[in-house]
Amino acid sequence: MPFGNSHNQLKMKFSSEQEFPDLSKHNNHMAKVLTPALYEKLRSKQTPSGFTLDDVIQTGVDNPGHPFIMTVGCVAGDEETYEVFKELLDPVIQDRHGGYKPTDKHKTDLNPSNLKGGDDLDANYVLSSRVRTGRSIRGFCLPPHCSRGERRAVEKLSVEALGALTGDLNGKYYALKNMTEAEQQQLIDDHFLFDKPVSPLLLASGMARDWPDARGIWHNDNKTFLVWVNEEDHLRVISMQKGGNMKEVFTRFCTGLTKIEELFKNKGHAFMWNEHLGYVLTCPSNLGTGLRAGVHVKLPNLSKYRQFEEILKRLRLQKRGTGGVDTAAVGGVFDISNADRLGFSEVELVQMVVDGVKLLTEMEKRLEKGQAIEDLMPAQK
Amino acid sequence: MCSAVFHSLSFITIQWKLMFKHVRNAIMPFGNTHNNFKLNYSVDEEYPDLTKHNNHMAKVLTKEMYGKLRDKQTPTGFTVDDVIQTGVDNPGHPFIMTVGCVAGDEESYEVFKDLLDPVISDRHNGYKATDKHKTDLNFENLKGGDDLDPNYVLSSRVRTGRSIKGYALPPHNSRGERRAVEKLSVEALNSLDGEFKGKYYPLKSMTDAEQEQLIADHFLFDKPVSPLLLAAGMARDWPDARGIWHNENKTFLVWVNEEDHLRVISMQQGGNMKEVFKRFCVGLQRIEEIFKKHNHGFMWNEHLGFILTCPSNLGTGLRGGVHVKLPKLSTHPKFEEILTRLRLQKRGTGGVDTASVGGVFDISNADRIGSSEVEQVQCVVDGVKLMIEMEKKLEKGESIDSMIPAQK
Repeated sequence: MPFGNSHNQLKMKFSSEQEFPDLSKHNNHMAKVLTPALYEKLRSKQTPSGFTLDDVIQTGVDNPGHPFIMTVGCVAGDEETYEVFKELLDPVIQDRHGGYKPTDKHKTDLNPSNLKGGDDLDANYVLSSRVRTGRSIRGFCLPPHCSRGERRAVEKLSVEALGALTGDLNGKYYALKNMTEAEQQQLIDDHFLFDKPVSPLLLASGMARDWPDARGIWHNDNKTFLVWVNEEDHLRVISMQKGGNMKEVFTRFCTGLTKIEELFKNKGHAFMWNEHLGYVLTCPSNLGTGLRAGVHVKLPNLSKYRQFEEILKRLRLQKRGTGGVDTAAVGGVFDISNADRLGFSEVELVQMVVDGVKLLTEMEKRLEKGQAIEDLMPAQK
Repeated sequence: MCSAVFHSLSFITIQWKLMFKHVRNAIMPFGNTHNNFKLNYSVDEEYPDLTKHNNHMAKVLTKEMYGKLRDKQTPTGFTVDDVIQTGVDNPGHPFIMTVGCVAGDEESYEVFKDLLDPVISDRHNGYKATDKHKTDLNFENLKGGDDLDPNYVLSSRVRTGRSIKGYALPPHNSRGERRAVEKLSVEALNSLDGEFKGKYYPLKSMTDAEQEQLIADHFLFDKPVSPLLLAAGMARDWPDARGIWHNENKTFLVWVNEEDHLRVISMQQGGNMKEVFKRFCVGLQRIEEIFKKHNHGFMWNEHLGFILTCPSNLGTGLRGGVHVKLPKLSTHPKFEEILTRLRLQKRGTGGVDTASVGGVFDISNADRIGSSEVEQVQCVVDGVKLMIEMEKKLEKGESIDSMIPAQK
């Protein structure tokens, strides 16, 4: 969905009231923040690449939301969006990220030696471990707004950078549009393949334009390090393996990311980052670390315990089904990951997962033996 | 000496180009949507990959043409990337030839004529860039059409679209413009009286009861799901400023802000196409008068006729058709050939791309541009009359070879 209305030069002839979207049935972060007065103030602005307020909010206008799920309802089209439209995005960020203030500073820590433990999560319970994040390449517009030329340039740079990785990270790129049937089947079996988005939240923001041009998947020979190019962000980086050695997963994650970042910097295109928002990504929900670290863990007893939700909340963790967001748990196996993205460093967030899952596993073992777990209840982190 | 002059000339040329590019970027925000950095990339880098595509746009848009058109925009800011986005995102089907491009405003057809004229020619039987289109909405010029056999013809219907001058089209309009189109349309429609007296139902404030009734009447339109339409941007801000108006008799219906500004439909049970067409013409002309009074007449020119969002609907934008029982004729080996010669097309009774049920077909005119409304409805009336004769003959076991028509 290209934004016909956003560069409609006739628009300014209409009053702000005539152009202000009807948000009366809406329930998303954008709708809670965007008043007619704010709309009037911002509607004549644009970023250097031409992204406008209507572009920022289109996905939130087209997708009123759900009574129970609070979606973000706005996206960035380039790095400058977060500055030009800060009066809208700062309150959205604050709402979404636990009160993070416009003056707050975000700390980045990708040093895996700062992680304590994490190499010994009980493999009888923890089936797999995974860390993912996103990165945006400075100098190019983001997926809602980039042109084909920009998207292809991001792909080209990414393939070059990834192609320079060696050792454990030696791998190969599979462009979506040239994939053979055999390659496609293998990527599906490995659960690596991403397809054209179907979510109306994503489609309405314009990020599926020109699909599958310049989209692809890179992974190392060991299938433990995976990069998606030009899906919802310029890059999505994933480190994963079977079992509970989160330390190893996180080490590979940090090493790989740091190497890739250097390669991009050497080509004159660093990652988008600033000391207030950390890593800059398309969706405001992924700012800061953009990191989701999680495990698939068996908690059949604990998940039925009356204070399960409260425990997760106090540990700053969230649960999902093993199919990912909005899926149900199967066989008592849950995806447990960090709830925060911004205001904590990568190491801090993974530490929470490691410490939290260790505790959850203890609780599960107690409950298996019919023992109480009240004394194990954690304080709010 | 010569090479020094040459070098200083090329230096000046480069400086001029850089300066011009800056000025050009400053005054021309872009689409694809409106990324100001796009022109920094070469034509090669920006030209879409159309190798797996099969639509009219992909057949026409060469790299050279793209290079020529990519820095243009219409007065409202619609660019070639906006025109073609739907065709880039929807490669098409090996058997169905989609159009693959849309207009964002009236001027799109002029600014991007290098692309759209050949598309129009391909789609509309060789209609040339210099051809003139004739509009005839005088229902009295229709001969017959009031006596199609109701034992065979179950219902008759005529539809078209209209665009309101001065507003961008659904792929490109702003909320303010869309609401202004709605406001004007509701004013115009509410001033109609007699058999045209009716009521407007905005999509966003419809009651459950109203919605049920409109569904039962087969009047309700919903948010489009076709990726062809969605990729063109016409579903933005749904359901804001969208609605359905119909008269009390439920024989005249107008859709506001769906795929076009207006879609106008006249219909009734049985075979009196003359009455359906009369109501169609009268209603349309009354509405047009009211819009003209507000200095917002319908978009029209003598080359393209009525201007609509999709190039396939130019000219009359008219589809006049009947639901008719042809169980025998439809299985005759020459059925398709007969339809082609009569300049008609068949569809299932669910509309385009549906199957026919119980031998009942939707038969309508195949053409949109290059012939008038009266001429197109005349084709339907005469053609359906002939096909019913053929059906009756086949029922009696008689041959129809002597009745096969010449190519119209």
